[in-house]
Amino acid sequence: MDFDFISKTFVRLLAALPLTLSVWFLSVVLGALIAAGVTWMRVSGVKPFEWFARAYVMVFRGTPLLIQLFVVYYGLASLPAVRASFAWGFLRSAFNCAVLALALCTAAYQAEIFRGALLAVPHGQVEAARACGMSRLLMFRRIIFPIAVRHGLPAYSTEMISMVKSTALVSLITLWDVMSVALKIRNDTLVTYLPLILAGAIYFVVNYIIGAGFLVLERRLSPHLRPRPS
Amino acid sequence: MGNLAIFGFGDGGWGLALLQGALMTLLVSACGLLIGAAIGCLVAWARLSGKLMAGGVGQAYAALFRGLPELLIVYFVYFGSSALLTGAANALGYDGFVGVPSFAAGALAVGVISGAYQAEVFRAAYLAISRGELEAAVSVGMNRALLFRRIIAPQVLRFALPGLGNLWQVALKDSSLISVTGLTELMRISQVGAGSTHRPFAFYLGGAALYLVMTIATTRFFDVAEARATRGMRRATS
Repeated sequence: MDFDFISKTFVRLLAALPLTLSVWFLSVVLGALIAAGVTWMRVSGVKPFEWFARAYVMVFRGTPLLIQLFVVYYGLASLPAVRASFAWGFLRSAFNCAVLALALCTAAYQAEIFRGALLAVPHGQVEAARACGMSRLLMFRRIIFPIAVRHGLPAYSTEMISMVKSTALVSLITLWDVMSVALKIRNDTLVTYLPLILAGAIYFVVNYIIGAGFLVLERRLSPHLRPRPS
Repeated sequence: MGNLAIFGFGDGGWGLALLQGALMTLLVSACGLLIGAAIGCLVAWARLSGKLMAGGVGQAYAALFRGLPELLIVYFVYFGSSALLTGAANALGYDGFVGVPSFAAGALAVGVISGAYQAEVFRAAYLAISRGELEAAVSVGMNRALLFRRIIAPQVLRFALPGLGNLWQVALKDSSLISVTGLTELMRISQVGAGSTHRPFAFYLGGAALYLVMTIATTRFFDVAEARATRGMRRATS
């Protein structure tokens, strides 16, 4: 075992972690915003909105993220109309394209999580809130949102972890994330396993931390479900 | 050439190549799902065995392969299996590099990923079998093989079907990552088409549309299979 090589490789991989994490964070936050809009359309009761939301979820969940990423990065960039428009300032950067494509994709999954969480709110609670004369906004803030968050949290943490794994795909559109640095080191040094194993360890630890964080959050939000200390 | 003509089947049309790519995607995903089923059964069996060692190994496998990026697993399996094979060939006196066919490596990679998830599906399905049925089978004197064949396997398959349907979709989408090994499946063909015609937008959109058709059509198939498998069961609702 060459510890010098291991530590050097590890440091180089860690240096790429900020990019991986910022793609993850930005796409997840942007995705949540889009998902909120899609969920709102889906439960709005207005037919055209509902159809659009259904189609959105079906298209983005039914196709691989890789091809979505390529449509945005290679596809849109090749259209003269896009290159001439104001959007080009945004889409010319691979980083922006990565964030956009990942956000559009996770929004479809998150929208389904949000919808499931909304549907899990017991109808009696909503009726009780109405009977008390709460306005729609107050009812959402005090009753629907807190209950829905608790229901959606486990599925949401799975989606967050899955998004960390998905960020590895941005290595295929020229970004220097952990995955592509690992491949570069592999190509340069011809060491077969080590760079990939170290990169895997980094992803694994990141996912573990995120999973543990969500578990803590879940525990804090559900003190009423815990058995009483005896 | 017009935007639609490049997807045609005539001279210079990419229709046939894309369809062949789609067929390859279906094949490699199906092989991956089957390999995953074998791995999933083994891991589920290890976790249900109640033995500390086997249970730990099963749990570690599931945790590991669900926590690593799929792309990393694809690279690892592809490079790793080639390195292993080359090592074995060199030990037998053959010089030089031996590459694993990208189809085999791709199916294995999809299977390794899918297996980690299928293990959970099979485990939950086994736990859903009512204990009374197992006890009844033992009390009428079935041996373990017969018990498995007549009681466990049919019910596990029935309970696992919805989960397997979801994992089939996941496998189908994960198979697009195999394009990095050069296997000419749908994603790779789209890339080649995009490169040689300089129409990436049309090709990636066309490829995505084919993926969508495949997921919708095969989901329909799983729905029908589920309806058939559960036709003898009472529903809690509707």
